[in-house]
Amino acid sequence: MKINLKVWRQKNNKAKGELKDYKVDHVSPDMSFLEMFDVLNEELITKGDDPIAFDHDCREGICGSCSMHINGRPHGPLAGVTTCQLHMRSFSDGDTIVVEPWRAGAFPVTKDLSVDRTAFDRIIAAGGFISVNTGNAQDANNLPIGKEQADEAFMSAACIGCGACVAACKNASAMLFVSAKVSQLALLPQGQPEAKMRVMAMVNQMDAEGFGSCTNTGACSAECPKGIDLSNIARMNREFFSANLTGK
Amino acid sequence: MNWIITFLKSSIGKKLLMGLTGLFLCTFLIVHLIGNLQLLKHDGGMAFNTYAVFMTSNPLIKFVSYGLYAIILFHAFWGLYLVSQNKKARPVQYAAYNGKANSHWTSRWMGVLGTMILAFLVFHMWGFWAQYKFGEVPYTIYERNLATGEITFANFEGEIAGKMERYISNDTEFTIVKDLYVVVADAFQELWIVILYVLSMGALAFHLVHGFSSSFQTLGVHHKKYNALIKGIGVWVFGVIIPILFAIMPIYFKFFI
Ligand code: HEM
Ligand code: SF4
Ligand code: FES
Repeated sequence: MKINLKVWRQKNNKAKGELKDYKVDHVSPDMSFLEMFDVLNEELITKGDDPIAFDHDCREGICGSCSMHINGRPHGPLAGVTTCQLHMRSFSDGDTIVVEPWRAGAFPVTKDLSVDRTAFDRIIAAGGFISVNTGNAQDANNLPIGKEQADEAFMSAACIGCGACVAACKNASAMLFVSAKVSQLALLPQGQPEAKMRVMAMVNQMDAEGFGSCTNTGACSAECPKGIDLSNIARMNREFFSANLTGK
Repeated sequence: MNWIITFLKSSIGKKLLMGLTGLFLCTFLIVHLIGNLQLLKHDGGMAFNTYAVFMTSNPLIKFVSYGLYAIILFHAFWGLYLVSQNKKARPVQYAAYNGKANSHWTSRWMGVLGTMILAFLVFHMWGFWAQYKFGEVPYTIYERNLATGEITFANFEGEIAGKMERYISNDTEFTIVKDLYVVVADAFQELWIVILYVLSMGALAFHLVHGFSSSFQTLGVHHKKYNALIKGIGVWVFGVIIPILFAIMPIYFKFFI
């Protein structure tokens, strides 16, 4: 396959960026999208050009680093996958593909397609934890938790912090991410002691980072590679109301 | 009280105000519709005109209507403020953005649809509310035969104190009332006004196709058992039936009377 790319190039956080055209010949349909970028970067390095910076790590859909906005959608045209799981067979020979970094004030571009997502880390640090005693792990099933409850918490815990929700949202809102992180703990007994303080602190931090508010468009959930459900956002709203009404 | 301010300043608190005011406006639409459907009665406007007097004289209803005006204005400006805040959250736009792949267009156009509704409301209030209150509105006398229920009416040339007088003599009920009906009927003879009303009801319909169910999500009401019902009411009742019934009125006056 031959692929035409328009890729966002930006030297650093301060520099002005632009879309640059690249041609990649000899693309195999079995390559992942990132492998196609590896091939392109090899060529750029051979020519003595600066390779395109992009984030990646696990390349199996679990770390959440491979942030690329492809043809107007986070992680490209498929539902439920990250960029590393997207293969070139999802495109046609001769296609022109526009690749941009996540766009959000709270995710400043560091270089090319790489953005700084430490805003998410600060939100988690604000309240996404529970207090447990150190020492031996307690017996499994010591605390009875209903199967449905455990499954639901697990679904929320599937969030990999990739930021596709923010990237997709017209408001660059982080509600889906934060609500998944609030929910995974709010659904379990271990999360109860800090429940009120948690949702207040995490929402505060989310606002301080400059993410937008929610218009309930549902774009986040539709683009989330882990299928995090909008029910998480409704749950976070409830948690936040009750924490404000009854918390200290 | 400090916590209320902090709460309402948070992104979720700000949005809660949109949801609550939006839902309140939805209930108002139902009341407004039921009242206005009296325009379609074949009584020369007697029922509608007496209803208009009631709505503008009863102190409790007057109080509620001023609250309503305040809430509409608040909803509109708060909504536009949120739109501008949310724009700022993405200072650099995408070169390619495929919104239709992941969301319904109504949810992305709430600010524009709302602005169309606001422009309509200014026109609507100017044309009817301000005319009724400050303009020159004729009076009509209705004579209703209490035995047969038959109604006849004529222009009333004299003067009465207030907007309405009603008395009975010789088994006939006489009602002299400020005639808003004729103001409405006249306005809807203009084709461009009819078109403006119908298009505005379209904007309202699409605002509520997203807005009604969205406000439940904002309030935290989200459950597999009820989601489809809420969405269904939003789409069919608020997105189809109510706007169509509103739009029927100008069409009726222009083409069927
Ligand atoms: C009778 C008139 C109106 C009704 C019944 C109505 C109803 C609603 C409802 C139910 C919502 C959803 C709230 C939520 O998502 O929680 C909403 C949202 C919204 N409305 Fe209205 N509305 C009306 C007029 C207006 C006007 C005049 C404007 C503005 C100029 C406006 C602007 C907005 C905006 C921008 C939103 C989205 C806010 C956001 O999610 O960020 N609306 N409306
Ligand atoms: S909610 Fe989904 S899209 Fe958002 S960060 Fe988590 S995994 Fe990524
Ligand atoms: S590289 Fe880890 S999810 Fe794609």
